[in-house]
Amino acid sequence: MGKEPAKSGPLARRPDNSAFMQQRLPAWSPMLTASTVLPFMYCMAALCLFLGVSLLVTVQGTQEMKVLVIILFGDVAILTAVRLPCSASVFLPGVMLFFYYGLQNFHQNLRKYMDSRDDAQMVGRTDSLKNPSTYCEPYIRDEKGLPIAPCGAVANSMFNDSFILQYLGSPTETVSLYRKGIAWYTDENVKFRNPPLNNQTLDQAFEGTIKPPYWKNPVYKLDPSDPNNNGFINEDLIVWMREAAFPNFKKLYGILKRTGRFADGLPAGNYNVIVSYNFPAQHFRGRKLVVLSTVTWLGGQNHFLPIAYLVTSGLVFLLAAALTTIWWKFGRNAKNLEE
Amino acid sequence: MNEVFLISGNTPDQVRQELKTAWMTMKPDTEGTVFLPERILGKKGSAVKDEVVNGEYGLVINGNSLAYALEESMELEFLWTACMCQAVICCRVTPLQKAQVVELVKKYKKVVTLAIGDGANDVSMIKAAHIGVGISGQEGMQAVSSSDYSFAQFRFLQRLLLVHGRWSYLRMCKFLRYFFYKNFTFTFTVYDEWFITLYNLVYTALPVLGLSLFDQDVNDSWSFQHPQLYVPGQRNLYFSKTAFFKCALYSGFSSLVLFFIPYAAMLDSLRHDGKDLGDYQSFAVVTQTCLLVTVCIQLALEMAYWTAVNTFFLVGSLLMYFFMTFTMYSNGTFLMFPSSFNFIGTARNTMNQPSVWLTIMLTSILCVLPGLTYRFLAIQLWPTINDKVMLKARQAKATPPPPSRKVRLRRGSSRRSGYAFSHTQGYGELVTSRRFLRRPAMSYSSGFTPLKRTTGGFSPMGRSAGYSPSEGANRSARVPDVEGTSLQMYRTTKEHGF
Repeated sequence: MGKEPAKSGPLARRPDNSAFMQQRLPAWSPMLTASTVLPFMYCMAALCLFLGVSLLVTVQGTQEMKVLVIILFGDVAILTAVRLPCSASVFLPGVMLFFYYGLQNFHQNLRKYMDSRDDAQMVGRTDSLKNPSTYCEPYIRDEKGLPIAPCGAVANSMFNDSFILQYLGSPTETVSLYRKGIAWYTDENVKFRNPPLNNQTLDQAFEGTIKPPYWKNPVYKLDPSDPNNNGFINEDLIVWMREAAFPNFKKLYGILKRTGRFADGLPAGNYNVIVSYNFPAQHFRGRKLVVLSTVTWLGGQNHFLPIAYLVTSGLVFLLAAALTTIWWKFGRNAKNLEE
Repeated sequence: MNEVFLISGNTPDQVRQELKTAWMTMKPDTEGTVFLPERILGKKGSAVKDEVVNGEYGLVINGNSLAYALEESMELEFLWTACMCQAVICCRVTPLQKAQVVELVKKYKKVVTLAIGDGANDVSMIKAAHIGVGISGQEGMQAVSSSDYSFAQFRFLQRLLLVHGRWSYLRMCKFLRYFFYKNFTFTFTVYDEWFITLYNLVYTALPVLGLSLFDQDVNDSWSFQHPQLYVPGQRNLYFSKTAFFKCALYSGFSSLVLFFIPYAAMLDSLRHDGKDLGDYQSFAVVTQTCLLVTVCIQLALEMAYWTAVNTFFLVGSLLMYFFMTFTMYSNGTFLMFPSSFNFIGTARNTMNQPSVWLTIMLTSILCVLPGLTYRFLAIQLWPTINDKVMLKARQAKATPPPPSRKVRLRRGSSRRSGYAFSHTQGYGELVTSRRFLRRPAMSYSSGFTPLKRTTGGFSPMGRSAGYSPSEGANRSARVPDVEGTSLQMYRTTKEHGF
């Protein structure tokens, strides 16, 4: 970069003779030549193959069981197996087991539905508690004018079935599940907070608010068994408020407590799932599922990634082979590169 | 040069006769003896088509005759004749006539015109042409102030066109193609409001700017050595309706990949600790990360000239995306404005999942694959002049190229006639007598014979630009010495580092 010091006289207005001003900056000029592109594509194909195979092996190590919940008449629920390994018995040894409820055809991703919530209220702000955001229409106030807590359609439509898993061994034993620690850490600890207590009890903190219309219990009575799981920080509420992206989804309900007989997972045998059927799936022509699954570092049983990687590997390899042939026939002598 | 035609009639009929002589010589197979405008206008009736002529001809016309030639009844014939010549010299013309000639060419030929001049009398011509170039210097600054480009010496015109104009065209085309691609892809994959706002403002602004400011295919000395590189710009090869359509198609494909791969990967997925991953916000974050990585890789494929600035912009934008995302989805911003920043925690909880990164990698590979394949195929099967020269430059990088002595431009059938104007009397005969040289022009390279045509179009010698002496000149009358005008005498050669 040589800067001319003469800034007067006939050459006064001459631009700098620097690399930047004269567009001579040192640069790398890559080109797509056969010696770079073809080996790269073969390497990519190999990498995708390797990934596909290892992911497939990983996913094959998970086990999943999906059971459909059908209501026959009244409140009696019957379970029909959607997919079972071989019979109604299941043995999931030595791994963490997760219990999910699933819904089909429930569009939590509808725009108006998703907007119908007030995050400021649910992080515990007292002014938002008494004056919910207008996005929550029509679930802001009841007929008497009392503010609804939590407001909005998302909270109002909260999933309220409960499940009990029973092992039909000798004796029949209820499988206990952890019902906390099922939501994201940031959701549990930052996004959802109860309004400040100030030496009050929780129901006093929610004084002057009313429960959403579809709910049976107010928000401070959601979990009778655990006093710390009430209010906005109720884990089922938190899990439900994280809207699903697609109409068919599953949400975490509980984690297996590995004690006693279930220290090594669920033993093989017959099980009952007792469903308190509250959530009316027939209203939206949807279906309910119960899903039991193990997980790996990759997640649950989702075969898409391994298969997609294998397919991509094949595709890239085919393309690389085709390009190699074309290059061999036409481009190799660089005859076409003469002017 | 086979012949130089002189048009100096004093009546319209004489002018018409002289024009007819000219075009009958150049195109003897014209049917009939009367010029019919319909015959020479193209299919749409508005553009004079280019004719193929055997031999090289020149035309000299003076102001008086030009006045008749520019009348409506004769202008097409004049234009047609002139376009068959290599060079046309109009002497002793008024400024208005200069502008009229330029406008005549603009009207009937679908070309881009450039006018260069240095005096106040050139202003109207400069303004009339598509590109006006003014030369600052001895005749004052009037030409400069009315021009699009100005410089101090005529020889810089070569650099303006072959280097800067060409680079400008290339940059513009790349910029347009990429900009449409990234924006079309973006419109189909948006979920987070903040991402929508920041995408064009922050995440993809600087890399594109870097591309359109710094990109070069070959450097300036190679541009001089290979003037054929200018042809793609003349023919509008790199951005057209077809190119736009292809770009839109590719965007459509990319959008589909960018939706369906994350969709299928996250549809039934879980985190490694069993918690949800298939929620709306996670899907949004994964999709937008896939999108950004993909468009960055596409930009990397477009860039032919990786300066430090460009690289910094590209890598910096990607890092900026991660930085901004983590900041916006952090606890602090959420606690300040809960309703606006309700994506809290999503970045942290998705980015620590290997399945998310594997999805991003798969999406990028699938999006980029067709583009890469097509580019490679195009270079192998249908290489453009740019590809060829770039390869040569690459091969010659180790050994610097020797400056080429003679640059021959084979122009084939395309003809761009150069026009020159002068305003002193009597140059027609002077020009054809080859007795105009007052001082020999400096020769920068040996073996350059002054009287041959070499650098096509850019070897002006003598008082007026665009002169080429005729070999078999049939005018050898003595002409008196003439005063010098302000136009410099020079010769363009391959000069390095102007």
